[in-house]
Amino acid sequence: MAKERIGVYVCHCGTNIAGTVDVEDVSRWAGEVLKDRGVVISRDYKFMCSSLGQELIQKDIKEQGLTRVVVAACSPHLHEATFRNACKIAGLNPYLSELVSIREQDSWVHTDKAVATEKAKAIISGGVERTIWQTPLDPLKVPINPTTMVVGGGIAGIQAALEIADGGFPVVMVEREPSIGGHMAQFDKTFPTLDCSACILTPKMVQVGSHPNIQLLTYAEVTNVSGYVGSFQVTVKQRARSVNVEDCTGCGICQEKCPKKVIDEVFEAGLGYRKAVYTPFPQAVPKYPVIDRENCTYYIKGTCKACEKFCPTGAINFEQEDEYLTFDVGQIILATGWDLFDARRIPQYGYGRLANVFSNLEFERLSNAAGPTGGKIVMRDGITVPKTVGIVHCVGSRDKNYNNYCSAICCMQSLKFAHLVHERTGAEVYNFYIDMRTVSKGYDEFYQRLLDEGTHFIRGKVAEITDAAREPGEEGKLIIQVENTLVGKQMRIPVDMVILSSGLEPRHDTKEVAHLFGISCSADGWLLERHPKLDPVATMTEGIFIAGCLQGPKDIPTSVAQGAAAAARVVGKIQQKEISMEPIKASINQDKCSGCRICNNLCPFNAISFIEDRMVSEVNPALCQGCGTCVAACPAGAISGTVFSDQAILAQIDGLLLKNVKPLELVAG
Amino acid sequence: MTSNGKPKFAMYWAASCGGCEISVLNIHEKILDVDANFDVVFWPVAMDAKYKDVEAMEDGSILLTLFNGAIRNEENEHIAKLLRKKSQILVAFGSCANEGCMPALANLSPIDEIVKTAFSTISTDNPNHIQPQTSYQAPEGELKIPKLFPIVRTLDQVVDVDYYMPGCPPESHQIAAVIDLVIQVLQGKAELPPKGSVIGAGPSTVCDECTRKRGLKTIHEFKRIQHVQIDPEICLLEQGILCSGPATRSGCKALCPSANSPCIGCYGPAEGVLDYGARLLTAVASVIDSNDPNEIQHIIEGIPDPVGMFYRFNLAGSLLRASKPAWDTK
Repeated sequence: MAKERIGVYVCHCGTNIAGTVDVEDVSRWAGEVLKDRGVVISRDYKFMCSSLGQELIQKDIKEQGLTRVVVAACSPHLHEATFRNACKIAGLNPYLSELVSIREQDSWVHTDKAVATEKAKAIISGGVERTIWQTPLDPLKVPINPTTMVVGGGIAGIQAALEIADGGFPVVMVEREPSIGGHMAQFDKTFPTLDCSACILTPKMVQVGSHPNIQLLTYAEVTNVSGYVGSFQVTVKQRARSVNVEDCTGCGICQEKCPKKVIDEVFEAGLGYRKAVYTPFPQAVPKYPVIDRENCTYYIKGTCKACEKFCPTGAINFEQEDEYLTFDVGQIILATGWDLFDARRIPQYGYGRLANVFSNLEFERLSNAAGPTGGKIVMRDGITVPKTVGIVHCVGSRDKNYNNYCSAICCMQSLKFAHLVHERTGAEVYNFYIDMRTVSKGYDEFYQRLLDEGTHFIRGKVAEITDAAREPGEEGKLIIQVENTLVGKQMRIPVDMVILSSGLEPRHDTKEVAHLFGISCSADGWLLERHPKLDPVATMTEGIFIAGCLQGPKDIPTSVAQGAAAAARVVGKIQQKEISMEPIKASINQDKCSGCRICNNLCPFNAISFIEDRMVSEVNPALCQGCGTCVAACPAGAISGTVFSDQAILAQIDGLLLKNVKPLELVAG
Repeated sequence: MTSNGKPKFAMYWAASCGGCEISVLNIHEKILDVDANFDVVFWPVAMDAKYKDVEAMEDGSILLTLFNGAIRNEENEHIAKLLRKKSQILVAFGSCANEGCMPALANLSPIDEIVKTAFSTISTDNPNHIQPQTSYQAPEGELKIPKLFPIVRTLDQVVDVDYYMPGCPPESHQIAAVIDLVIQVLQGKAELPPKGSVIGAGPSTVCDECTRKRGLKTIHEFKRIQHVQIDPEICLLEQGILCSGPATRSGCKALCPSANSPCIGCYGPAEGVLDYGARLLTAVASVIDSNDPNEIQHIIEGIPDPVGMFYRFNLAGSLLRASKPAWDTK
């Protein structure tokens, strides 16, 4: 192998690296000790990623004739692209540069400067050895399909779909429930302005339903995803509605005539009934009902068919079957939302056991003018108006027994509840909070308003909610046991009704969703963004974006902003018309492949096919994303990955162990 | 040793079982070709010879040495170095010399434990707990036996090796082919492959020679051959039987799978593979069809003795080479 001319660049990253690593010493060391390995120049600089730092590299490439560049700085996640591009501009193939991390993997995780400095040298030595084995690569260009799939029809998904569709590009929206709208459709008022939730949401729902660029699939779920950015193939299971939508006018007669009442656990949070044939709420989009086959008398007993008899257009179709539809889309936005923390998991709060302990979603329905009580705030008996109400914040949130994180919306939601109770019942309201978090625009002003309205605020985590009276005046009441930490006193506060502000949790099937779309979850179970600050709506998988609460708890304005942000990213990509794909690919050596088929069903992108007549497997380079799964799994070592060849990896290990500069005698005996 | 003009041939066994020698004899009448073309100067299993005779030979005077067995003790190492010096072509012959084979599974234990186990198990009749010493003062003088090394090594971890011939033992038809090749080279009709090549084996894996039908692999349970009725037509791995064929170098004509028995990996890693066990392990792990950690654990528990399974032949030749306790013995 011709000897390479390697340049090494050590970044200070201000004091991020230089504070813990003696960067001058590292740079000097690389220049002297690694000279034999081809290092012809070694420099350190305050910020390698700055334009001046990049110019330094470019100047050396041109003047010193560098054939390899090793930058020791931050994680490749951050600046690999920066330095590759710098090399490209100077005429060096970008894949002949190597970014090794001496920040995330060194200065940030050590405190001993001497040790961290030695480690930085080892890391650079590994990078130098690895880069020697690299070969020039050219990116693959593929066209991008302008259609986008939006999964989830809550407010975040609706916003994203409308932005893209209004921009003139086709959208396929997939929603699991019979109607779009999500949780926002269940709310009565939105904080802090107390707008009517339905009044601001339903026009957007209608727009989605009627938009010429949006194909809406409700009562449907994604079952399979293959392909890659620009060209995904998505299979959607369209559950049988038992209603022919071409014929249905949405008149509602079927719902009126259906004799079977079912407790509505989803939309009405268990507080009301729906029929076996139903739309979740009157403004549902689309307007077509579905028949809930588990509860429909016809499906259970084989008789009834009341809906069919009365349907004026003959739209009921009991024989309809689930359909699997496939769509070719270029990009995907996930906006699948959240589940409510089940307060039954905190038995001392009595939810599910004590009748007048309500969940926040139950209260939303109770206070909703379109809800089961017509907006009357009453106790579980359906008639009694409470005289005292306790609202408990942080239920299941900021609690190491349940979820460590703050659910972000509960403080404001609880204040909204307090206001509504005041306004509609005149009851005394007690809010039990740990810390009051009212950070967004207009939020703290709302808190001040509540203070003026005379809501009692007690700072303390509720210990117990019980119906066991101990003192006079407690009989027949719910007693809230709490330490008021501001006065350092235990208190027992008898109330008629308790509302638990339960937190937000990842959807129960988030893990499956993550697996389906090839993205990852955080430790808390929320889907992981590409970068928490700088790339909050992208994911580590190209072409898949996230918006709304599936990424973490957030309020409506933030969800809307994320939906719009994801849409902007998608449209930006579509405008490029084609996508440059990383040339990092796997390939199979046909002479070594014995056709054992171990790799055949491992590829997450379905890029591997088995060629029957030659009894070998092959990788389709357009589909391959270079993940390396098959490379690791091939028992014959017949599959190799560019940039990650065995030689390059082993050379890097040797370099890390400094075997290149002082060979170690490892053999015992 | 008188010279009869024929090139000299030697064969030696270090830490091995003797199967390699038998396999050489199994080439039947071809052995006459060996005799006709070579002067056999040293072959302890077949003829009488003394180490001092070898020591007395001129360096490089032996044309071809087939060295089988791993390097377990001082004697093995001494003869390996001696034969390297005396031979023009040194072939690591058979699995032990190539990659350590069964003797190298001892690399999981420190020597004192190995010796203790060998001389004091419940089935051992050794009432006085006698253990071997490396030196003993007898009336006739000091008696010495070779000292064991802490770990078993492959031949090329001790001396430079020219060619590698895998197999436990190498198949007789492959030995015959190699002997034919060497004779043709002697007669100027062929050329030797590049130094460091694997000879007497195929370029891919056992699956290439296996005639069983192959489909997609999804494993829900590992089964042992004594517990199931094996389908003679279908890939053994697909039937849940842990077959090492996908990772093992071809050359044996898939002998074991064709007899309804899984490949156990004696031909070692395929071309370019550095760590046979790791390769096989990741491959097998990849086809376990479950995402539930408990179920996966349960499926994996169906593999008895994972080290013995995945590194049966290759521990000394692997990247790890030994377990830490064995390595630490000084």
